[in-house]
Amino acid sequence: MCGVCGCGEGHSHSHDHDHEHDHEHSHDHDHHHEHDAAHSHAPGLSQFRMVQIEQDILAKNNRYAAENRGYFGERGILALNLVSSPGSGKTTLLTETIALLKNDLDIAVIEGDQQTARDAERIRATGVPALQINTGKGCHLDAHRVGHALETLQPKDRSLLFIENVGNLVCPSSFDLGEAHKVVILSVTEGEDKPIKYPDMFHAADLMILNKTDLLPYLDFDTEQCIHYAKQVNPHIKILPLSAKTGEGMDSWLRWLKAELELQRIDYA
Amino acid sequence: MTNTPGADLHLPEGCMAGIAMHEMSLCESILQVLEQQAETQQYSKVKTVWLEIGALAGVETEALRFSFDVVVQGSIADHAQLEIIEVPGQAWCMPCSRNVVVQQLYDLCPHCGSHQLQVNSGDQMRIKELEVE
Ligand SMILES: Nc1nc2c(ncn2[C@@H]2O[C@H](COP(=O)(O)OP(=O)(O)OP(=O)(O)O)[C@@H](O)[C@H]2O)c(=O)[nH]1
Ligand SMILES: [Mg+2]
Ligand SMILES: [Zn+2]
Ligand SMILES: [Zn+2]
Ligand SMILES: [Zn+2]
Ligand SMILES: [Zn+2]
Repeated sequence: MCGVCGCGEGHSHSHDHDHEHDHEHSHDHDHHHEHDAAHSHAPGLSQFRMVQIEQDILAKNNRYAAENRGYFGERGILALNLVSSPGSGKTTLLTETIALLKNDLDIAVIEGDQQTARDAERIRATGVPALQINTGKGCHLDAHRVGHALETLQPKDRSLLFIENVGNLVCPSSFDLGEAHKVVILSVTEGEDKPIKYPDMFHAADLMILNKTDLLPYLDFDTEQCIHYAKQVNPHIKILPLSAKTGEGMDSWLRWLKAELELQRIDYA
Repeated sequence: MTNTPGADLHLPEGCMAGIAMHEMSLCESILQVLEQQAETQQYSKVKTVWLEIGALAGVETEALRFSFDVVVQGSIADHAQLEIIEVPGQAWCMPCSRNVVVQQLYDLCPHCGSHQLQVNSGDQMRIKELEVE
């Protein structure tokens, strides 16, 4: 799995590759000298040259993501990357969805949070396997850590894999995990303007779940306007309003999941 | 994207205590590329890095500069200069059947007002060139 980073194949622990860059670094140069354009070194002492590299900053993450995508494709696994602000109801949506689907399908969950294993425990309580990744200070999951999580979790062929990302509407949009779709969850308590305030995430997602619709009677939330904003950022986004709490609208979500899973299984030999 | 005194500081949600974690992790990715290229391209010090950042890439260039200086400390790019080339956003307007310039992902077509726009340029984050020793 980890041919790219060379961290060794087949190990089943999720380790951290952030090496400390503490190699011997001799500070014999003057740290106060100016690095302005006019600055030139004595001839012969240094040979500055230009190197053309044309590398995408996220190239490394994208390589891991491509490996993960290959892994899912070979096994007919539908992987979904669930993204949202903290507290929009991702874990609740998952536990409710699992309760409704676990007799029909194999389901597994990767949980990303900065701290604690609470969400993974909530998932395991439903009877499906879950693996917690704690990102510490990191505010998003990356494809490398997800790849290692797969080695441990070993989701079944033709199964449904949910990846609950760290609650954050910003960076998870840039980090492809190899998923089939990003699903953005927005709860009605967050305000209808979130899609234009955090356009990157709504642009990157294929489906938006508008959660906690049971609270609409108590709020000024303008559903029409919210849908309009989301479509403005991403004309192709599909939108499903539902309440994970009361179950209203859950049937459309389940139909979407089953249809996507069928599509993913078509390729599966 | 400069912050005028007294104006609001625009830090992305989800960032801790004013540190833009997003830009921080992008800088870690940049440093990984620089270190990995050092072997193949045979250099031991990076003096300048030219980055191409699209207007639609969702990157705060000020936060990126700040994070870069922090992340490269003690590395082969210690004290390196960061040159950011900003690339405008471009999208294909379906009703107009042509490319138009957009500043934001939620912009409407400046000609016909449609939101049937398909972004085709300006979301890149690329290292273009390095000055090395
Ligand atoms: N009224 C209502 N409350 C809900 C609904 N869905 C979730 N909640 C509540 O919202 C709160 C947060 O739910 P979680 O499922 O933990 O949200 P999360 O997105 O997983 O949170 P993080 O993982 O911390 O980002 C809990 O108190 C839930 O009970 C809903 O449909 N309606
Ligand atoms: Mg959760
Ligand atoms: Zn690894
Ligand atoms: Zn130094
Ligand atoms: Zn992040
Ligand atoms: Zn137009």
